[in-house]
Amino acid sequence: MNEELLPLIWASFLGLSVALYVVLDGFSLGVGILFPFARDKRTKDTMMRTVLPVWDGNQTWLVGGGAALFAAFPIAFHTLLTALYLPLMVMLLALVLRGAALEFRFKTDNRRPWDIAFAGGAITAAFCQGLVLAAYVQGFGEVAEASAIDGLTLITPFGVFCGISVVTAYAMIGACWLRLKTSGGTRSWASAVITKLVPVVAVSVIAVSLWTPWLVPAIAERWFVWPNIAILSPIPIWTGGLLLALFVTARNLDTADVVPFLLALGVFLLTLTGLAVSIWPYVIPRSLTIWEAAAPANSLMFVLVGVLFVVPVILLYTAHAYYVFRGKVGDNEPGY
Amino acid sequence: MEIEALMLARVQFALALGYHIIFPTFSIGLAAYMAGLRLLEYFTGERQYRKAFDYWLKYFALSFGMGVVSGVVLSYAIGTTFGRFTEVAGAVVGPLMSYEVMTAFFLEAGFLGIMLFGRERVSPLVHLLSTLLVAAGTLLSAFWILSANSWMHTPVGYEIIDGIIHAKDWFAIVFNPSFPYRLAHMVLAAMLSTTFVGAAIGAWYLHHDKHRDFGIQTLRNAVIAASILAPLQIFVGDLHGLNTLEHQPIKVAAMEGHWETGGNVPLLLFALPDQAAEKNHFEIGIPNITSLILTHSLDGEVQGLKSVPPEDRPPVAPVFFSFRVMVGLGLLMLLLAWYGLLLQMRGKLAAAGRYHAVMRFTAPIGFIAMLAGWITTEIGRQPWTVYGLLRTPDAVSQVSADKLITTLILFAVVYTGLFVAFIKVCRMLLHKGPHPDAVKSGIVHDVESAQEPAS
Repeated sequence: MNEELLPLIWASFLGLSVALYVVLDGFSLGVGILFPFARDKRTKDTMMRTVLPVWDGNQTWLVGGGAALFAAFPIAFHTLLTALYLPLMVMLLALVLRGAALEFRFKTDNRRPWDIAFAGGAITAAFCQGLVLAAYVQGFGEVAEASAIDGLTLITPFGVFCGISVVTAYAMIGACWLRLKTSGGTRSWASAVITKLVPVVAVSVIAVSLWTPWLVPAIAERWFVWPNIAILSPIPIWTGGLLLALFVTARNLDTADVVPFLLALGVFLLTLTGLAVSIWPYVIPRSLTIWEAAAPANSLMFVLVGVLFVVPVILLYTAHAYYVFRGKVGDNEPGY
Repeated sequence: MEIEALMLARVQFALALGYHIIFPTFSIGLAAYMAGLRLLEYFTGERQYRKAFDYWLKYFALSFGMGVVSGVVLSYAIGTTFGRFTEVAGAVVGPLMSYEVMTAFFLEAGFLGIMLFGRERVSPLVHLLSTLLVAAGTLLSAFWILSANSWMHTPVGYEIIDGIIHAKDWFAIVFNPSFPYRLAHMVLAAMLSTTFVGAAIGAWYLHHDKHRDFGIQTLRNAVIAASILAPLQIFVGDLHGLNTLEHQPIKVAAMEGHWETGGNVPLLLFALPDQAAEKNHFEIGIPNITSLILTHSLDGEVQGLKSVPPEDRPPVAPVFFSFRVMVGLGLLMLLLAWYGLLLQMRGKLAAAGRYHAVMRFTAPIGFIAMLAGWITTEIGRQPWTVYGLLRTPDAVSQVSADKLITTLILFAVVYTGLFVAFIKVCRMLLHKGPHPDAVKSGIVHDVESAQEPAS
């Protein structure tokens, strides 16, 4: 196979993993972020039940993405993890707490510590992902420079803003998931949450979209130069349109419950497409392209065979799991 | 400063690994047992299997969940602490780990939900298949990760271009020389450790005179399984040791505390290895036995630690002692299992009060042996991360000591807290006991399950 093409296929697979992770764990984390705002214990139980059968698979895309980066772009894996050491480690520990809470909460009488672990883990993990994203789009050079980064210097106004944006965006898609999976009071509460969060998310999308090119001239050049601006304009226009549609459909309780979730999904995918446009063709922005960082063709080929045969099967049985647990989660559904 | 950071990185990774491996060890063994229960339930329709399956399901969910979350940490910690290793050996190890994720993690995640919560939503056959696939996933995961680990001990099928290890022969890499032995040894360790958890829990119920039917069923199954697994494990362990002698003779020399190359090597029962003086203090040994074990001849020559320069030797004391802990506990497990088997054959297992009193404490025994074994093999590989190719000081990330210490403390706190919670919840599940049998609904043994609201 063409040596130019292999890294490209791998970059696409990596992109797919990241997108699936952000969307799927996005709503699972979102449910955790909304957890403290639930009215009562019964609502909390229901909220947790909506994600219990699927959260593990959702989170596995994070491991899948990490392993793909390790296998296909080892230098980038090393650079990225060295540069973002602290926020990544904190994120992982937060995910540990979130995951443990999901397994422990229904088995104990004292649920309060697990309520805190579930929500605190989700909020911290989402915030750290925002910090990571902010540092990543700005780039951090080669490994040697990356290792010199002090974890605290990542906490810039832009980093914090991205962190909060990710938290609110996850909360929004989490609310859409709850609208889809619950009924009665929880469903209408989730709808109200969506309508409150859509304007916040819209503002943060606009702010990040302007702040990033202002910080990184190369990204400004990518977006605001003719004819790119014309070719790329559908991305922001559609994002705005979908957010507006989400606002309208969430308010209307007669709309099919899957519609807000699909719209939020669209918003997420468009935003990620915008991100991909901003960083292309780099795997470490503006220091390593996907071709420079690619593992030897031999290794890329070896795993590609697995990707081509196994990943479609994974997608099939993941879809099957979602199908098995389709429909609303009842208040009296047996948890354990 | 540099050495401090190196040590901190190693401690951090060892903590993350050592903590993680406890849970997959239990999950591999328990998944296999539960697959057996589910199969029996499917084909016989007997309620006792359903009851046992439902009982173990709660432990399994906890242990599996802990394994998943600590495993996610590992997949990234390998890059944050051993970044240069990921860059130098990524072309070989990365693909193996990718296959683990693709064939094992997704499989487990895709069917775990159905296994745990899906009984009412799918047909019995689909539930059975989901359980079997989760069990298969745990084994596939062991397959790939042990292949990667074994390759680091016995690297083959590679070439080095510009300081980066490139793969040449994938079949040779996956099935590298130490892999079959390490895989068999670890999977057996998982099964054996789990049987001792089963034996301890069964014995606990019998000792406290609660849930006697469930207790004797669990203890009997565990004792019978352990009495087969323990000798098998010792046999496989011996083969694994001989394989190590062939490929990593210096590791074996450290395991035996053997400094000078020569024949008539005694088996040391105790000694204090002294790295600097290149000898042992206070040796107590049985003459010629190590020669006999390793070369199958009483005067067989065994390579000593001093045959290589000091900088190529592993730290001897931890390898020497951890090996003795592993072997000692292995023999103890054999003894306990065979004694239990004897009681069972004489029809006295259910009434053996003293045996129950001892066995109820044996749940951690297999895990301690397993961890000791990993300490032996991993420290025994030092000073190499990839044996003969990449030294550990050249494998770590360039992360500063203060960052490492911050995260190390965070890890220690979170992991300790979670472990305490895990043990507490397991104890609670133990006290709660199996769900009261609907057939014998007249008798409810303990108050706790009687107070539980019907759902």
